[in-house]
Amino acid sequence: MHDVVREAANFINLDIMNITYLFIVGFIGGLVSGFIGSGGAFVLTPAMMSLGVPGLVAVASNMCHKFPKALIGSLKRAKYGQVDVKMGIVLGISAEAGVLYGAHIQESIKKAFGDAGSNLYVSVAFVIILAIVGGFVLRDAWKTYRSGNSNEEEKVTKLARWVQSIHIPGTMVYFKCLNAKISVLFTIPLGFATGMLAATIAVGGFIGVPAMIYVLGAPSLMASASELVIAFVMGLGGSFKYAMHGLVDIRLAMIILAGSLFGIQLGAIGTTYVKPFMIKVVMGVIMVIVLFSRGLMVPVYLSQLGLIQTLSLGTVKILKNTSFAIMALALLLGASIVLGAMWKGRRAEREAAAQEVLEHGKI
Amino acid sequence: MAGSYGRNRKKPLGTMIITGIVSIALYGLLLSNQDAANDYVSRGGLFAFLPIAVAFLFSIVHGSFTGKFWTVLGIEAAKKKKEVK
Repeated sequence: MHDVVREAANFINLDIMNITYLFIVGFIGGLVSGFIGSGGAFVLTPAMMSLGVPGLVAVASNMCHKFPKALIGSLKRAKYGQVDVKMGIVLGISAEAGVLYGAHIQESIKKAFGDAGSNLYVSVAFVIILAIVGGFVLRDAWKTYRSGNSNEEEKVTKLARWVQSIHIPGTMVYFKCLNAKISVLFTIPLGFATGMLAATIAVGGFIGVPAMIYVLGAPSLMASASELVIAFVMGLGGSFKYAMHGLVDIRLAMIILAGSLFGIQLGAIGTTYVKPFMIKVVMGVIMVIVLFSRGLMVPVYLSQLGLIQTLSLGTVKILKNTSFAIMALALLLGASIVLGAMWKGRRAEREAAAQEVLEHGKI
Repeated sequence: MAGSYGRNRKKPLGTMIITGIVSIALYGLLLSNQDAANDYVSRGGLFAFLPIAVAFLFSIVHGSFTGKFWTVLGIEAAKKKKEVK
């Protein structure tokens, strides 16, 4: 296996075009991650594969750029007081277990049904989870926007109030982001689900962040920032696991990291300018668009498994390319919303400063 | 959380240049020794520590550079969160 990997990894020719491409995708992925705490991986892995990188090497290299990126992002956001390290570590450890279990399920499905079966499982998981969670997050953001209360403190959901009211002796832990004690018996399954999703669709944050907001009662900004700690813990463990098998292409990982570290700093700065509900807007928009992207691939895998009529090569190619284009669009749109919101926030701050100077002048 | 984030008045140009040079040197070293880097990293086993250490090193140096880069460009955190309306 090592020889195959080595041969495949060395086979990739990194010219200036490839490097620029990975750098730009890394930058956009980093920008979104810095803002919502996750995202980017679902485009980075296929982006690497489109250059001819074997799937496993792409996943491993993505993982190896993810943990240092999350480290820098969480340090940056910790400066703004947005990170709950304890929450990140507690969820991160159970997420690590979820990653291992998720990878085990993936392997079993792959053994039983082959690549097409594994891909179908990933796509169906994408569609179902993103439809439920993404739809809910987007609806909540829309309701906040329509209510005109977007400046107000976020309300803790009924579910989170219930979770915070349950007292199970010996399991209660205080979390800064909740300003309350909750039982770790609630955090363990949430972390586990985050890890399982990370192992399945590469973006655990699509479960982790909404879970922290809606189930535990954390504010959006703190949930997205603490997700970076989870990503660091999961990414470090995952990278080591893949590196043990020699699957990491360190050149690819570091080139993506070069772009993503520019992006994650900017995304983190962006969070200080926006209203908290913007985190939900960006996350919800990305999730819903990605859902359509993966949904397009379902017929391809069903056809490969012989469950529906065989699709022509031309149709498969069109569906694959459209799916990738929609996924890239999701990331670009997310990045545009982040930059747009940041630009508006900076303008509002400048105007407020100018107003202050004018008022001082009058006095 | 919604307190003052503060703002560094002095632009860290010198630190940005130094970390930038070190970052470029690290990337230059990696890309000019691609075969050797991949050869060691793909060995697996105990060599798994190598990509982890490289990732930490690059993230510290390059992360410091990118942070200073945006500061020098004047792109910094909002002064006070509550001022933004």
